[in-house]
Amino acid sequence: MPPIEKLVAHQFDDADQQRHASSLGMWLFLATEVLFFGGLFLAYTVYRYSYPEAFHAASSHTLLWVGTLNTAILLASSFTMVLAVHAAEHAHRRTLFWLLIATAALGTGFLLFKAYEYAHEISEGLFPGPQFRIEGAAPAQARMFFYLYFVMTGLHALHVTIGIVLLIYFAVRSLFVSLTRSTFSTAIDLLGLYWHFVDIVWVFLFPLIYLIGRHA
Amino acid sequence: MNKPSAIQLYLRTALILMGLLVVTVAVAYINLGSYSTPVAMLISVIKATLIILVFMHVRHAAPLITVVMLAGFFWLAILLGLTLSDYLTRHVIPF
Repeated sequence: MPPIEKLVAHQFDDADQQRHASSLGMWLFLATEVLFFGGLFLAYTVYRYSYPEAFHAASSHTLLWVGTLNTAILLASSFTMVLAVHAAEHAHRRTLFWLLIATAALGTGFLLFKAYEYAHEISEGLFPGPQFRIEGAAPAQARMFFYLYFVMTGLHALHVTIGIVLLIYFAVRSLFVSLTRSTFSTAIDLLGLYWHFVDIVWVFLFPLIYLIGRHA
Repeated sequence: MNKPSAIQLYLRTALILMGLLVVTVAVAYINLGSYSTPVAMLISVIKATLIILVFMHVRHAAPLITVVMLAGFFWLAILLGLTLSDYLTRHVIPF
């Protein structure tokens, strides 16, 4: 392996400080993202506390097998992503390229299953609106569950989409860029942080959407 | 940290995460009454902690990174905690 070429911008003392500053910037962004999603989790908590029966009944209308499969897909994609970060640090070009593509493919699989579930729910009349109908729950209260469901999973799906675009962009770039540049492995590292964050959001969304009231 | 051990650690973590997914789905079918959601959230917190420490490399990160990460969750705790201190103590919910 050739020695890592240190490209240091003039405001930094050394490459380590530069990498640390980039990492810190990404973590600050992720802290704002925690609060961005946090507002929606708060709305969910308040409405579920107010309408517990309707939320339990509405939750059982979601497709548990899609939710479970999608959780497994995202966890697997976090595994391929962390291997990609590892490959970037060790300048293994071919491995890095295919791991980024694998992560993007898993993300795309997640979106396809989510789209299938959305189509199923819309055909069942579960999309909030004038045509909303549901069996076994107070419609106005259950509609609140599905309103939060579509906004929270929709915002999450938007994050997954942005992640896939970035993964493909960096996969293509990884074929041409000099991998001995420390700045490129930093970029892959930061992309990894973003992707794992999106995974973590889903780890909390999954039980709150799919698993409440399953034992009833 | 040498190369094979890092990959082994990632693989073990991924397998534990998949195991916890199976556990959380299985537990959802058991009637735990009011403990259902706290148990599900506890499993989610364990999964998130594993992802943050291992996949996001926080266990090797500089102290400042750890502080920023914890600050994000601390602000979230303020958001949830102060709002719920209102809702959970009201006798009449105004909507």
